[in-house]
Amino acid sequence: MLIEARNLTKSFPTGDGSLPVLNGVSLDLAAGETLALTGESGSGKSTLLHLLAALDQPDSGSILLGGEEIATMGDTGRAAIRRDRIGLVFQQFNLIPSLDTGANLAFQARLAGRHDAAWCATLADRLGLADLLDRYPEQLSGGQQQRVAIGRALAPRPPVLLADEPTGNLDEATADGVLDMILELVTETGAGLLMVTHSTRLAARLSRRLHLSQGSVA
Amino acid sequence: MRRAALAALLSHWRRQPLQLFTLLAGLALATALWSAVQAINGEARRSYDAAAATLGIGGYASLAHPDGPMPVATYVALRRDGWDVSPVIEGRILRGETRLRVTGLEPLTAPTGLLPASFAGDAGIDPLDMLRPPGVGFAAPETVDALQGAPGLPRLVADTAVPPGQMLTDIGTAEILLQKGGMIDRLLVRPGQPDHRRALEEIAPALALTPAQDQGDMARLTDSFHLNLTAFGLLSFAVGLFIVHGAIGLAFEQRRPMFRTLRALGLPARSLLALLLAEVMLLAFVAGSLGIALGYLIAGALLPDVAATLRGLYGAEVRGVLGFHPGWALAGLAIAQVGALAAAAHGLHQVHRMPLLASAQPRAWATVSARALRRQAVAGLAMIAAGISASLLADGLAAGFALLGGVLLGAALLLPRLLAAVLGLGARHARRPLAQWFWADTRQQLPGLSLAMMALMLALATNIGVSTMVASFRLTFTGWLDQRLVSDIYVTARNEADGRALRSWLSGRADAVLPIWKVDLPLAEAPGEVYGIVDHAVYRQHWPLLRSTPDTWDAAFANRGVLINEQLSYRAGLSPGDTLHIGEGWTMSVVGVYSDYGNPVGQAVVGLDSLLAHHPDVPRLRHGIVASDPPALARALRDDYGLPEANLIDQARLKATSLQVFERTFTVTGALNVLTLSVAGFAILTALLTLSTMRLPQLAPVWALGLTRRRLARLEILRTLALAALTFLAALPVGLALAWCLLAVVNVEAFGWRLPMFLFPLQWVALFALTLLAAAAAGALPTRRLARTAPAQFLKVFADER
Repeated sequence: MLIEARNLTKSFPTGDGSLPVLNGVSLDLAAGETLALTGESGSGKSTLLHLLAALDQPDSGSILLGGEEIATMGDTGRAAIRRDRIGLVFQQFNLIPSLDTGANLAFQARLAGRHDAAWCATLADRLGLADLLDRYPEQLSGGQQQRVAIGRALAPRPPVLLADEPTGNLDEATADGVLDMILELVTETGAGLLMVTHSTRLAARLSRRLHLSQGSVA
Repeated sequence: MRRAALAALLSHWRRQPLQLFTLLAGLALATALWSAVQAINGEARRSYDAAAATLGIGGYASLAHPDGPMPVATYVALRRDGWDVSPVIEGRILRGETRLRVTGLEPLTAPTGLLPASFAGDAGIDPLDMLRPPGVGFAAPETVDALQGAPGLPRLVADTAVPPGQMLTDIGTAEILLQKGGMIDRLLVRPGQPDHRRALEEIAPALALTPAQDQGDMARLTDSFHLNLTAFGLLSFAVGLFIVHGAIGLAFEQRRPMFRTLRALGLPARSLLALLLAEVMLLAFVAGSLGIALGYLIAGALLPDVAATLRGLYGAEVRGVLGFHPGWALAGLAIAQVGALAAAAHGLHQVHRMPLLASAQPRAWATVSARALRRQAVAGLAMIAAGISASLLADGLAAGFALLGGVLLGAALLLPRLLAAVLGLGARHARRPLAQWFWADTRQQLPGLSLAMMALMLALATNIGVSTMVASFRLTFTGWLDQRLVSDIYVTARNEADGRALRSWLSGRADAVLPIWKVDLPLAEAPGEVYGIVDHAVYRQHWPLLRSTPDTWDAAFANRGVLINEQLSYRAGLSPGDTLHIGEGWTMSVVGVYSDYGNPVGQAVVGLDSLLAHHPDVPRLRHGIVASDPPALARALRDDYGLPEANLIDQARLKATSLQVFERTFTVTGALNVLTLSVAGFAILTALLTLSTMRLPQLAPVWALGLTRRRLARLEILRTLALAALTFLAALPVGLALAWCLLAVVNVEAFGWRLPMFLFPLQWVALFALTLLAAAAAGALPTRRLARTAPAQFLKVFADER
């Protein structure tokens, strides 16, 4: 099992006390599996993804990534997990504006010390970015930027790809195209995919679906 | 991992060359001005040290004849009796355009510390060469260069230990050069003389013993001048740091999303912080190196004026040529690092505290809340209060500068709050929608511009303060010269016999002959001089008295009282009615205090009879002459009496010379003033250029609503001018407060004299015009860019919103 999350709880402090966001959520993700995480706004989807991505820590519960507990890791340990074992795709793309497409694409692989020029070239080709490698993010459309972000996440060949509404900023046709590519590449690399989405149409294209409601699995 | 992350961080600068230029230029300028001042101070101090170490003749007691040189026989008699003395010949010669002070020492008997290493034989010079014609002379390298090819000189050897403008040589060589004809100017008396020797009165009763002088005098006297320069250097550095702080702050804000992405992609927070720190230090190294090079050029350009100032004010000889010292360069690099880290500290702290999951949207650059503005204003008030408290609780120059620093920096911190209040007032009273938008939008721009405006305010306040101080000083000094130079002609007799003949020749030809006779005596435990004057109306009518008693002049001329200069009064805490100890068995009541600008030592004036009674051997060479037709009398003195031109100076020439010295004294201050203002102008330019890159989304809706690009551009320049004008208005009272501090606190502490403060509104008008001009020049480029922005660029703003 790639990810085994058990009884995750998370709450955030507010002016009136504490707001519970996750109430004992558990999930598993196997290698090669594609899991859609759906739910209405405020249901805790993004918070759960952040915990699984080692961006944040749960108040309680356990997260095993490849059998290793990451819920209690410190900042440096979690940073290493993010760098070496997780590919992240954000809704806002979060490309580095001062690096061109080629450098953005290869960035995380370089960061992880696993840069493979041939694989990056393949990714660029497959994602339709081969002619755009010397362009900067501001010179790309939203769809193109998201393809760069997907390429960046897959360049180090991570065992897990986590995507937070990766098509949320794109029109329907472009969103379909982007998801096609993600699924194709995930299948090819054998990575497990967990994707947060609002769209039931897109969720239906993944192998499994987990619906969150008010911080719990519905 | 770190290489990839560092490359990503540095890629920002490749995409933002203007920002990189701003940062490097700001830090380089700041380092340059600071380093230039340090180089100047260092060079001056090295010259003082060289003077004290090699030609510290004043550090030994000496014997001299009041009437002039003594025969060699006197020296021989003293040596035979066991006196450990060494002869010295001194004088000046002119070679081409170089005036050279020649000092001849006797190498065998001279105290070892007086001889430079090369003189002592360390430079491989044959001692016989020094003794046989043409001899060997040791001089500073630049003096040797200036004297290349000059006839009638010994072989010159460059020695950095010899102060510029001087030559040290064997006494035999000096005798020939100065045409002394077997006469000696004085005998140095070593400390620890043998006990069995006879008393001086028995061997050479005509000789007078002058005690050793304090060798730290020059450094002590000039300390205040150098502290002034240091303060200016620090101020320029602070103004430069405003630019750096702005540039680094902007770079951090713009990269905030990048930092989050890097963290999200697996870069630990500590590594990110370390990389940012390395980046800042790398940039500081580059800027610091540029700043050191620039500082060297600035110091090289200013040093001749500083040397002239120190010569004019203190009689201190300072090399006019700048040397390169690695320690200075390293200190410059260090100050660049410290400055850059100080400017980046806030940004680094924010990165350290930045939560990984907060919104990744870049917040508006340097947006400060009303609360932050209030906090800054409170900090400003606290700084002003701290400065005032320091000046009330402590004394000395440091307390004076604490007051200056507190007022200046405090006022700068208060400025954004003040501008926000005025702009808010404008918005509330605006009727037309465009005017309302203008005021509100200007207020919105304030956070981005506030650092530049603070820098401008510092520079303007300093300019107003220093200009007011200099102009007040000039006005006072000119008036004081008119009062003080009471005689029409000043003459110096060639020797005592010539003095007697001169006085006799002048009786009947001049309205009055006023002796200017003085002895150098320690006053209040510091070097001083005591003058004797005769009763004459010119003193009673013109002498610039600051404090007096009802019978000041009667008491002085009746030998019942002494007048003292302001410096002595301040240093020794003496006022009319107090008692001054002038010498052994000579104590007098202070009856008046007079202003005596430009004189570093304490001075006392007594009736001539009193001086002669205590010092009958006082040299009677200098005289002031009051005449009904000064030019005619001067001609007669030259043509009929035969007085050399050099021994005669008329009042007008003396005034012109004094004013020239005065003007040169403030040349350096003026230059630093202009440089600081230029740095502030540059700060505005960079802030405006930076803001212009973010203005499009703010201006696009107004453009869409019907304002032309040209009109928008006009409003932009109007906004810059309005902010500059408001900043000037705020700087005016701060500048005047600064002038008051300089005149009433710093000058008194530094020089011992207090000056009245005068206001010069025309100067303000000129500076106001210059401020607007600088602001318009700084705003021209961004405005031009805006006026030429293609409509498609505006439309893109709306497209991006979808």
